[in-house]
Amino acid sequence: MSTTNAVELRDVVKRFGDTVAVDHVSLEIRDGEFFSLLGPSGCGKTTTLRMIAGFEYPSSGSIAIHGREMATIPPHRRPVNTVFQSYALFPHMTVAQNVAFGLEMKRRPRDEIAVRVQEALEQVRLSAFADRRPRQLSGGQQQRVALARALINQPEVLLLDEPLGALDQKLRKELQLELKSLQRRVGITFIFVTHDQEEALTMSDRIAVMSQGKVLQIGSPTEIYERPTCRFVADFIGETNFIAGRVIENGANAATIETTDGLRLRGLTPRPVQVGEPAVLSIRPEKARLLAPSDARAGHAYALPVRVELVSYIGSDTRITVRLNDQRTFDVWEQNTLSTLDRDAYWQPGEPAVLVCPPDNALVLTE
Amino acid sequence: MALNTLERERQRRERRTLAALLAPGLLWLTLFLALPLMIILAYSFMTNGPRGNIVWQFTLGNYIDLFTRSIYVNAYLRSIWISILTTLICLLLGYPLALFIVRQPPRWRTVLLFLVLIPFWTNFLVRIYAWQILLANNGLINGALSSLGLPPLTLLNTEGATLLGLVYGELPFMVLPIYAALDRFDFTLMEAAADLGASKRRAFWRVMLPMTMPGVAAGSVLVFIPTIGQFVVSELLGGAKVDYLGNLIQRLFLRSNPPNWPLGSAMAMAMMLALLVLILVYFRATTEENR
Repeated sequence: MSTTNAVELRDVVKRFGDTVAVDHVSLEIRDGEFFSLLGPSGCGKTTTLRMIAGFEYPSSGSIAIHGREMATIPPHRRPVNTVFQSYALFPHMTVAQNVAFGLEMKRRPRDEIAVRVQEALEQVRLSAFADRRPRQLSGGQQQRVALARALINQPEVLLLDEPLGALDQKLRKELQLELKSLQRRVGITFIFVTHDQEEALTMSDRIAVMSQGKVLQIGSPTEIYERPTCRFVADFIGETNFIAGRVIENGANAATIETTDGLRLRGLTPRPVQVGEPAVLSIRPEKARLLAPSDARAGHAYALPVRVELVSYIGSDTRITVRLNDQRTFDVWEQNTLSTLDRDAYWQPGEPAVLVCPPDNALVLTE
Repeated sequence: MALNTLERERQRRERRTLAALLAPGLLWLTLFLALPLMIILAYSFMTNGPRGNIVWQFTLGNYIDLFTRSIYVNAYLRSIWISILTTLICLLLGYPLALFIVRQPPRWRTVLLFLVLIPFWTNFLVRIYAWQILLANNGLINGALSSLGLPPLTLLNTEGATLLGLVYGELPFMVLPIYAALDRFDFTLMEAAADLGASKRRAFWRVMLPMTMPGVAAGSVLVFIPTIGQFVVSELLGGAKVDYLGNLIQRLFLRSNPPNWPLGSAMAMAMMLALLVLILVYFRATTEENR
């Protein structure tokens, strides 16, 4: 195992005129890793990818690929290849010519190119389409041509810019798994840009969550989802309930907040908080529990009396919106682990209930 | 059966609408294009009379003259040569210019395109006379040279001046179609090419040029065709020192004494034939690849 990182960004800044697209970003992407840059549109993730590809140069900071400084290396001399969002297949060439392009640029012998193109097309199951033009293929097929065209060059790093963005939901899911297994098979470092948090969670070894040009958190999918370090990440990844308040007590890795209406709630602190600081309590809807008043233990510290307001049955789950006594609403998801038609097994709007927010499942987060 | 009749009725009505829509254009083309063309074609096989009158006697002599007498053959070759040259220079100047304009922010693009089109606001003849003023022996350029103490240059009434005038006049016809082609070109493809290891130069030859070929072909045809028949520029800037096809035709019809309409007609027909071949080649190039 080599100890150098596949890609290293040190304090990279990119300005376009007055706007800062990428704001002091540092990343260490390990060799063989499936790494995702995740964030809403305009967060700087694509610009970051384009700087690694060499289409843009940093305003300051440095980028190294396997320890080699990239500041003066133009895109066509970098050991990376890109799968573009629009695929950017050459429309005037056949599928085979598209895939052969990279090897031709490297002036490989003709026989070798022919053999490797065939292999690459087999790998993405497109051998039958070698002589077609890209526009004669479906979106999913075009995406696989783009993948083959990049991978045939055996890049040190493969850059993927929302490659599944233009596909329909079902195909997306299929290709997510295919892409992940392909990455395991070829062992190449993948840097994957997406705004789809589910996609990032499914595929990545590690994720960098970006917003407004900054990296907010880097971690495994579990870390990002279970221990977001700030309010934005908790909000952007998955669903969550926020209850705003002020920190009144903090311990080693937990804290208590008090809301303006006097509720006191406790949660873990992935990042230290100060007493007196404004903060939110974040609880994912599947991590809170809803009990019938009769089942609730009397005097439970974190039990809040609520009234059921909305009940949406969506098959695997039932999503319940409850109203706290102070006009706040709160979402709770219950998995439907029992198969029953019994109406009493499900919550009904208007029912009183008790909401339990276990401190181990809650987080106290600041901006 | 009933459906069939209905269907046939509908088709008949469609055909009638189509005929009604096409009629005015067809009439125009017949009267003012096909008919004169037939007359020219007929003339080209007639014999020229002693006073320039047309003698209705069939002959192939005009065409034989055309392809055997050096004065005509040379004019033919010279016209083709200067047209090729003009087209090439327009292409070499026009492609980078169109590319430059396309790469500007949208607001500037409009301004620059507007600048390309501005010369059309003035009559072509007037603009060529303006070039005379610039190039004349005591013109603006030589005036500037002599005020710098440099010897004067013979600029006007040279072949160089003819070429200059032609390139000047035809350049917008090259720039506009190439601009249109580049405007539709997805520049991400250039990034894709670079990403796959192509230098800028190779990416241009392998991706950008092939994909904008329809624009290049359209521009080339638009420049080549009027240039091959032109006579104004070579007369006003070239000083009519050498004969181009257009000058010869003009002279045979209007100036020579006696005029020779049959030979002039034969020349015009031969020119059209050559252009027709070229246009066919152009349509091949544009329809096969990028449609």
